[in-house]
Amino acid sequence: MRTAATKDASTKDAATKDAATKVAATGEVATFEVILKIRRNNPEASGEHEAGAGYWQEFRVKVHSTERILDALHTIKWEQDGSLTFRRSCAHGVCGSDAMRINGRNRLACKALIKDLHPSRPITIEPIQGLPVLKDLIVDMEPFFASYREIMPFLMPSGDAPKRERLQSPEQRARFEDTTKCILCAACTTSCPVFWTDGQYFGPAAIVNAHRFIFDSRDDAAWERLEILNDRDGVWKCRTTFNCTDACPRGIQVTEAISQVKRALATHRV
Amino acid sequence: MTHYEYDVVIVGAGGAGMRAALESSQRSKTAVLTKLYPTRSHTGAAQGGMAAALSNVEDDNYEWHVYDTVKGGDYLVDQDAAEIMCREAIDAVLDLEKMGLPFNRTEDGKIDQRRFGGHTREHGAAPVRRACYAADRTGHMILQTLYQQCVKQKVEFFNEFYVLDLILSKNPQSAKKGAKVSVTGVVALELATGEIHTFSAKSVVFATGGAGKVFKTTSNAHTLTGDGMAIALRAGLPLQDMEFFQFHPTGLYGLGILLSEAARGEGGILRNSEGERFMERYAPSIKDLAPRDVVARAIAREVREGRGCGPKKDYVLLDLTHLSPEHIDEKLPDITEFARTYLGVEPHTEGVPTYPTAHYAMGGIPTTVNGEVLRNATETVDGLYAAGECACVSVHGANRLGTNSLLDINVFGRRAGAAAAAHAAKAPQPSMPAHAAARVVGIVERLLAGTGDASSPRPGDIRSELQEAMDRDAQVFRTAESLTHVQAKVPGLKERFARATIQDKGRRFNTDLLEAIELGFLLDLAEVILAGALAREESRGGHFREDFPTRDDKKFLKHTLAYATPTGVTLDYKPVVITKYVPKERVY
Ligand SMILES: Cc1cc2nc3c(=O)[nH]c(=O)nc-3n(C[C@H](O)[C@H](O)[C@H](O)COP(=O)(O)OP(=O)(O)OC[C@H]3O[C@@H](n4cnc5c(N)ncnc54)[C@H](O)[C@@H]3O)c2cc1C
Ligand code: SF4
Ligand code: FES
Repeated sequence: MRTAATKDASTKDAATKDAATKVAATGEVATFEVILKIRRNNPEASGEHEAGAGYWQEFRVKVHSTERILDALHTIKWEQDGSLTFRRSCAHGVCGSDAMRINGRNRLACKALIKDLHPSRPITIEPIQGLPVLKDLIVDMEPFFASYREIMPFLMPSGDAPKRERLQSPEQRARFEDTTKCILCAACTTSCPVFWTDGQYFGPAAIVNAHRFIFDSRDDAAWERLEILNDRDGVWKCRTTFNCTDACPRGIQVTEAISQVKRALATHRV
Repeated sequence: MTHYEYDVVIVGAGGAGMRAALESSQRSKTAVLTKLYPTRSHTGAAQGGMAAALSNVEDDNYEWHVYDTVKGGDYLVDQDAAEIMCREAIDAVLDLEKMGLPFNRTEDGKIDQRRFGGHTREHGAAPVRRACYAADRTGHMILQTLYQQCVKQKVEFFNEFYVLDLILSKNPQSAKKGAKVSVTGVVALELATGEIHTFSAKSVVFATGGAGKVFKTTSNAHTLTGDGMAIALRAGLPLQDMEFFQFHPTGLYGLGILLSEAARGEGGILRNSEGERFMERYAPSIKDLAPRDVVARAIAREVREGRGCGPKKDYVLLDLTHLSPEHIDEKLPDITEFARTYLGVEPHTEGVPTYPTAHYAMGGIPTTVNGEVLRNATETVDGLYAAGECACVSVHGANRLGTNSLLDINVFGRRAGAAAAAHAAKAPQPSMPAHAAARVVGIVERLLAGTGDASSPRPGDIRSELQEAMDRDAQVFRTAESLTHVQAKVPGLKERFARATIQDKGRRFNTDLLEAIELGFLLDLAEVILAGALAREESRGGHFREDFPTRDDKKFLKHTLAYATPTGVTLDYKPVVITKYVPKERVY
């Protein structure tokens, strides 16, 4: 199974040469100007803005066609206005720092290519919704992590640990593979209309992380977690609007995971 | 300003920091200070795997792993440390599995393993499947699993606290031989409020990760600015082997985002503009799976000799097109998505443009095998520990093998955490000097003062000049001339940095301020890297001097120790621990 993947490497030179010419575009990049309309908020009074008052500010930025929103935010911060504040780290969609609302949709700034965002019109950028705004695009993540902690996001096996690894078949692993990809960016939870109106709701990300353990064959605490999610602020609040699935930068089938949890509760079977 | 007291303070919540916290928080009052939320740490970006001779899919042996590590490191590895790492690797992987890490599995349910560059059976006879992995998200799974266990154990985190200074009982450079130098604590800035706090601790563990942002093209996060290394350096401690930086062969062209070696482990091939599999010329026996320094130089040479691809002929192609699309999607889902998202290239049918990217600091804060930090070639600082990429044990020598860092952070993170807790159990609570925070307050107030007008230098400009100069003159190929060239630039950059001001004058969430402070760290580290590289007139592992193209064991089979002194960087050396493997020429 492991090595079956190879066709014949040597016969593929022609294809590779094609590839070499096809990516010729890589290397020459067009530049253009975009307008970013950014929702700002300074917890300390500055200029004509009162402490904590939200306002919009427009920036004109020269960008390359290969650049992402994060690059444009950096250009502003490094060349125009050092006070523009946002979180970021990895810059390629794996750390979950820079979820924001871009043209009305939750995305990671480091994965949102400017050329895909209708750059002939101003691009709007706002903090994700439903969590308290602390400064510009930075929100308070504590309520989000608190819900995460509540679903007991750690393996709880019963019995003594074996000497070697616990066995798990590829099929058993496949049941929860999708939800292991979560980077806790909060894009899903803060795109959920139920969460916006009811901050008590656990939100999709917590359910995703519960799913990751509920369907892990090595875990024995599925029912403890399901009990928690059966609560009035749990899965039944979900109205299946699919915003979360659309928002997830990791391509996790969030709504499907929530449905599987609901099904387990309804059928009493994991 | 608040003053806190803990038994153990851990700085950093990546793999190394959290592994240490899991040990120490069971036994002592532990705080973890981290500038990022733990799950944002760059360990989460690691893709390919974690090495351990489990023998789950083919015969393997930890002793072969030691040999590969020593040879891969071009014999600059301390062999006693490598032996510990490779022996403890097996339990380190099994521990993670028991914590819940979802490794890929074999048909019979065991942890699956795959090939990775430089890992062989029987001392180089043939590649061996040693890398334990979870698709191409192994680091993500390690980071998540360790964080989950920290939640379970209720580890106390101070998120978005930037440690900016280390306070020792006396200046380690003026302390006499045999004198006791001990840790008293750290000074940290809280991002949310801008307040500066002091933490007194019996033991401090640095686990602050790498320093890839010294370079422009890098696989490292924006936040990997070598803070822990620079803080130790400023506190008078040496840094070891900083001239050895690993340039990973396959960074996404123009961006530096990593395409894991797993792509080649799964059968990917590098090709030049003529479609030639050029690694056959450079490493006839293991070809595309030769160690990273060898492959990175081969790519740079192909480009330099005019066989690069694209309009500027400045990259090569990573070809996966002969693999079945299902196999690619199953084993390499993330990295193929990077190629699609960022370059618009479809790896199923097209070669992916790649060029070497600054990836890993082999050097760092020198430690013993228990994570104790050295203040010179022989003496340690009481209560101070370091682990992970910011440390240099040294298990990676002149070139780290792929999958050995995720291993390193787990093995030595655990050891450092245990040693820190054991030390705290018998040490008194140190009292910090009255003006412990003075240095940090000084830096912060200077940057906040000033008008921030157009006439004062901008940190952003200084940073990009530094990074561009380092890419141009201190990357895969180095000469005395290129190194002197960039070295001559640094004092000017430092002088401008001393006059630089920032625009954000607020206290809360002032990332403008913190980026400027991080730039200060990068400037200090660049000096150390360059001084070590210039003095090392030989080529070994990741350090390649075109004017001294061969390894010179007579003169340079030794570790560099660099100190920051009032008169600039001074260098000293320390012997390499050689137990079993006598240095030989490295052929693949
Ligand atoms: C893209 C990529 C892929 C990789 N793939 C592999 C692989 O497949 N296998 C392998 O073995 N290795 C791999 N590596 C290397 C490996 O991932 C890293 O070396 C390792 O994860 C470093 O872990 P760490 O815990 O030392 O640091 P990090 O995970 O970087 O954590 C550093 C921590 O320090 C904190 N910190 C930093 N400065 C401060 C400060 N001033 N104050 C407070 N906190 C601070 C941060 O908040 C963070 O929590 C890869 C590296 C990269 C970049
Ligand atoms: S499920 Fe997706 S969107 Fe939600 S937190 Fe996880 S990665 Fe982010
Ligand atoms: S910066 Fe890490 S996900 Fe965007």
